[in-house]
Amino acid sequence: MRDTLIELRNITKTFENNVVLDNLNLQVGENEFITLLGPSGCGKTTTLRIVGGFETPDKGQVFFEGEDITDMPPNLRQINTVFQKYALFPHMNVGENIAFGLRISGKSDAYIRDKVRYGLRLVNLAGFENRRVESLSGGQQQRVAMARAIVNEPKVLLLDEPLGALDLKLRQDMEYELIRLKNELGITFIYVTHDQEEALTMSDKVVVMNGGFIQQMGTPEDIYNEPQNAFVADFIGDSNILDGIMLRDRLVCVCDTLFPCIDEGFGNDAPVDVVIRPEDLIVRRPGEGKLDGEVIHNVFIGVHYEMEILAGGFEWLVQSTTSHAVGDRVSLDVAPENIQIMHKPKTREQEAIRRDV
Amino acid sequence: MSKKYCAVPFLVWLAAGTVIPFAMILYYGLTDRTGAFTLNNILAIFQPIHGQALGLSLLLALISTVICLLLAFPLAMILKDSNLGRRGFIIFIFILPMWMNFLLRTMAWQVILEKGGIFNTVLAHLHLPALTIINTPAAVVLGMVYDFLPFMVLPIYNAMMKIDDSIVEAAYDLGAGKSTVLRRILLPMSIPGIASGITMVFVPSLTTFVISNILGGGKIYLIGNIIEQEFTTSANWNLGSGLSLVMMLFIIVSMAALNALDKNGEGNFI
Amino acid sequence: MKKIFTSVYLILILLFLYLPILTLMVFSFNESKSMFRWTGVSLKWYREMFRDSQMLSAIFNTFSIALVSAAVATVIGTLASIGILAMRKKTQNFIMGLNNIPLLNADIVTGISLMLTFIAFGFYLNWGTVLLAHITFSIPYVILSVMPKLKQVGPASYEAAQDLGASPAYAFWRVVIPEIRSGIVTGFLLSFTMSVDDFVVTHFTRGAGINTISTLIYSQVKVGIRPTLFALSTVIFVIVLIVLTIANVASDRGAEEDDFFYEVAQG
Repeated sequence: MRDTLIELRNITKTFENNVVLDNLNLQVGENEFITLLGPSGCGKTTTLRIVGGFETPDKGQVFFEGEDITDMPPNLRQINTVFQKYALFPHMNVGENIAFGLRISGKSDAYIRDKVRYGLRLVNLAGFENRRVESLSGGQQQRVAMARAIVNEPKVLLLDEPLGALDLKLRQDMEYELIRLKNELGITFIYVTHDQEEALTMSDKVVVMNGGFIQQMGTPEDIYNEPQNAFVADFIGDSNILDGIMLRDRLVCVCDTLFPCIDEGFGNDAPVDVVIRPEDLIVRRPGEGKLDGEVIHNVFIGVHYEMEILAGGFEWLVQSTTSHAVGDRVSLDVAPENIQIMHKPKTREQEAIRRDV
Repeated sequence: MSKKYCAVPFLVWLAAGTVIPFAMILYYGLTDRTGAFTLNNILAIFQPIHGQALGLSLLLALISTVICLLLAFPLAMILKDSNLGRRGFIIFIFILPMWMNFLLRTMAWQVILEKGGIFNTVLAHLHLPALTIINTPAAVVLGMVYDFLPFMVLPIYNAMMKIDDSIVEAAYDLGAGKSTVLRRILLPMSIPGIASGITMVFVPSLTTFVISNILGGGKIYLIGNIIEQEFTTSANWNLGSGLSLVMMLFIIVSMAALNALDKNGEGNFI
Repeated sequence: MKKIFTSVYLILILLFLYLPILTLMVFSFNESKSMFRWTGVSLKWYREMFRDSQMLSAIFNTFSIALVSAAVATVIGTLASIGILAMRKKTQNFIMGLNNIPLLNADIVTGISLMLTFIAFGFYLNWGTVLLAHITFSIPYVILSVMPKLKQVGPASYEAAQDLGASPAYAFWRVVIPEIRSGIVTGFLLSFTMSVDDFVVTHFTRGAGINTISTLIYSQVKVGIRPTLFALSTVIFVIVLIVLTIANVASDRGAEEDDFFYEVAQG
């Protein structure tokens, strides 16, 4: 476990009777790349704004290196933000934008000049000092916003959907660039996005949020392979999510068919959610698997075929490198370790699986 | 049929309503009563009575523009900051008086400031000495500020509302305090609004003859008053046109200066 | 502390803006003709105002000129916007430069230049010349309201309508006009208000025979203010207040929706 740099303790935030964050607890370690992931309205941006100092929580405290900074204004925090739409100052050129924070902290002209040059080199924009902000492309503006934050040597960099406005190719380039920056600078990144791919690619730790609660927290592998509830499973990648009955330890009944699995401790005859990833389903010849059915849809999407197979009254999403024509009779099978069993949420409270790290 | 022909009625109107009338002023301004070319109508600005009127106009217009700016900038800032819930409603309250007839609003100040008027009655009740403001340049400035203040508030407010909240937040994020945000973000970014506000107050103040007539009691001669009289009572259209040309020259020069300030304002911070 | 300061500032400015108007309104109910002595509440000046034929004809002139000039200016200005956008960029810039002259020019210059022109071309100064003058200074406002809207809409839907079989005229009426309607309405309302509020241009182009509200006030102020003018102020203020409140409430509903989406987008 790394040293804790930022801690959010029991944060609650309400906007006009709308609870955006409900008793949220979160710890961020030193030199960690942590991503807050969730659909819009899940409270991720509000969490970021509370860390940045742009919102004050109704309840709870924010600690930075053990010091309570809940009421500290943003200009006094050792935290810098890369804004969603970059928020570059349109009346200043690139160099002036980057120098803004350094000017305020009263650095010498020579230091500022060096630092601006260093910042631009860091984001691969060397020589752009005198360019006007409007003359830059979206990706370049993004990099300037990054450089503007980084040159102040913040302990923490907050990034609010910084890649949202870029096209796919540029976004992938920037993802690698961000990972490189994080490794070179050795500072903590708190990153907000609704894009699961971004989250899984870059993060040390992913925090999946929904409805103001943390749904699950863990490494990208954990989150993908072991989703703790149906929301996480659905949000991260494609999934088949079915109602099932846990008959006893290691045996679950789905679509009136018995499947051996590896989960224990759910009790006997307990209703559960069952999650099976589409790439984990094995397509066999009729009668050779557990559940017979018929292919009703087949699309080639590059790496593999994506099929819908109607079996046991459920349309299964299946990804496979071998194609089966629409109308073919097939049989589905799945390895026991690839079946995820989850408790059904009983209340809104329970949807938040709070795991204290 | 080309869509271009839709503009024909407008082009005719533009020629008849803008180009020809301008040529008329030019013609009258550069000729004498017999129609012979002369520069006398232009040079008439150097006669003391005309020169003084122009000087006074420039001075009063400058003073009222500065006062409007000093009143409007903080107001626009407060309105931008205020989360008074229904922002539109607050703006509405501040521009509502603008929709009242301009002469009635000016007249109201005559009623208030008159000798033995409400203003002095109030002063007397407070046992303060009476103040004679009516028929002084101060009254004219007051009228200009009152009539044209909304023209300063609106463009500055609009310019400020265009500043994205995240830009202000970015400045705070980078360590700026309130005064730095004002000096380096809000002020430079509202310069286009300030520039058009200045134009919209300065030009009507410089050219007015109504305010000086109503609140100056016919004793205060601005260049507008002189020109108006040449066209009505004295009926010397050539002189009136010549002086108008001089006045237009001053408007153009001041607008060019403002334009330069607008550009410079941006330049300073690069 | 800061809160108190800003509130005081707002209140002082509001007092400055509204006290003069309120003064006029209060004294419109004063029985005596004096502006300094309160002798009792009465509606006498309102009665007198509605019996004053000069005032009634001024009111009629003001609104008839405003309506007709705004309507004509809106038609000419809207057509002009369409035509100008179809021209080459250079021509566009040149025409827009000319179009902006009356906007930037001083009222007094517009007024005297039109007066000189009318007289030179043998027009007799009356209601008609005032109307022509008002149309002239209104057209630029219409163009400035319609043109951005037209640019924003672009040619795509006009072309789409024709692609679907509409004649140019049909596409224009059923597709283009509805899309730029808000710009046209703004242009009309702007022209209407500019016309109602105008004094200077009317002053030079009206001749001796006719008065608008503004010119009537001006002549009365010069000879001595009568409280009928206070009554008129009150009536105008109340009408403006009602009209603008309705307009504000109507547009506020749209704004509330925006706020709602803004909140949602904030997450």
